[in-house]
Amino acid sequence: MATGPELKIDIAEKRFPAAPGALFEGLQLDIAPSSVVALVGPSGIGKSTLLRMIAGIDTEFSGGVEIGGQPARAAPTPGFVFQDPRLLPWLTAIDNIRAADPACTQDKAAEVLERVGLAGAGTLYPYQLSGGMQRRVALARALVVNASLLLLDEPFVSLDRTLVGEIHALFARLVSESRPTVVFVSHLTEDAAALADRAILLGHRPARIVGDVTLPIPGAKRDQATLEHYRAMLDGALESDGD
Amino acid sequence: MLSLPLLLVIWQVLSMIIVNRLFPSPIMVAQVMWEAATEGRLLGDLGKTLWRAAMSFVIAMALGTAIGIAFGRVRWVDRLFSGWLLVGLNLPAIVIAIVLYIWLGLNELSLILAVIMNKVPLVIATVREGVRSFSDDLDELGTVFRMSALRRLRLIFIPQLTPFVLAAARTGLSLIWKIVLVFEVLGSDGGIGYRISIMFQFFNISGILAYTTAFILVVLAFEYGVMRPLERRILRWRPVRN
Repeated sequence: MATGPELKIDIAEKRFPAAPGALFEGLQLDIAPSSVVALVGPSGIGKSTLLRMIAGIDTEFSGGVEIGGQPARAAPTPGFVFQDPRLLPWLTAIDNIRAADPACTQDKAAEVLERVGLAGAGTLYPYQLSGGMQRRVALARALVVNASLLLLDEPFVSLDRTLVGEIHALFARLVSESRPTVVFVSHLTEDAAALADRAILLGHRPARIVGDVTLPIPGAKRDQATLEHYRAMLDGALESDGD
Repeated sequence: MLSLPLLLVIWQVLSMIIVNRLFPSPIMVAQVMWEAATEGRLLGDLGKTLWRAAMSFVIAMALGTAIGIAFGRVRWVDRLFSGWLLVGLNLPAIVIAIVLYIWLGLNELSLILAVIMNKVPLVIATVREGVRSFSDDLDELGTVFRMSALRRLRLIFIPQLTPFVLAAARTGLSLIWKIVLVFEVLGSDGGIGYRISIMFQFFNISGILAYTTAFILVVLAFEYGVMRPLERRILRWRPVRN
């Protein structure tokens, strides 16, 4: 069973040249191995930027991000899932997965597609897949690249409720199977209540942590009442910061 | 599939209604074409014209694509030379041919160069638009998954550019078919256009139509035998619109 790495985030300052003021200043966050952490906050607070800094794509900041003791840029490529499926339209599902990892074989890609419930869809092009299937391919691609560290940027946005339920269930199953470290960004507390075992609430500008909430019951064992309780807890934490 | 036989039927019927030496039937034209191919110079002329078209096409596509990428990617190139491109796009084809014939003489080089100079601006403009429309999201995808420059080129850039190169090839080819013949009329030592201009002097309409039909048959064979299968294969990832 794979185990996810520990993350140490220490951002002294991050600013965009065109924007006034810093986006982050003195932000510190440690993420335990194999934990599922939700970064929750309003739009524009810098959640996606923070995720890109963790992924080692955005290096224009002072401070550092360590993944398993290594600087982010030197650490293995994380499994990244975008807001949209972002598949290459000219490649089949299997080839999309292999595009992200040159070492991935045809058989391995097919096996991962099966894990996300898409057995037999490997030869289909993105236009032949439904929105939900495309998201699954994107998740499979991330798993092939790095099954022990998943970074997800608003992965449930613009999906209808049924589809969100399906992807939540798939995601919870994958997490319980292989125990990766997961950081996902969401502006909805219900995503965090459903999947995370820790929610980091971000607010203000420069953004700082306004709440750090532990959600101890494992995602797969949460019933409706627990979900509502967790959600109310997270909403309450966000509201008390706004008061 | 029925459109071409329908055209031939209409032509045949009209030629039976309008009985005139200057309006031959398709059967008569076919006979002339057969004679010109077996006993005359049709195949030699066709070969000359096709060689000129092929040379111009390949060189113009290669040049136009390379320059179009530079226009799309390098801002100062676009700023500095977009005026030139506009002139190139709107310069009458015949002027380029005449000037080159005067400067370089009535030879093969002038003719091919004139065709290339007419087609290149069109390819540049189409490819430039293609490069400008490259997706930033897919660029980010390459960065996130740390793809090498070569993999990005192969998996992200070339596939995005291909539909535009194909579009440039298609529009460029139809332009080349037309202007090669015009330039051959203007000055050359053989080819379909040259032979048609001689027939024109004798009002040999059957010969003109026979040569034109032979040329059109080659164009259609290229369209259905090469261009369409190629497009279908390369763009098979696109949804089929009915």
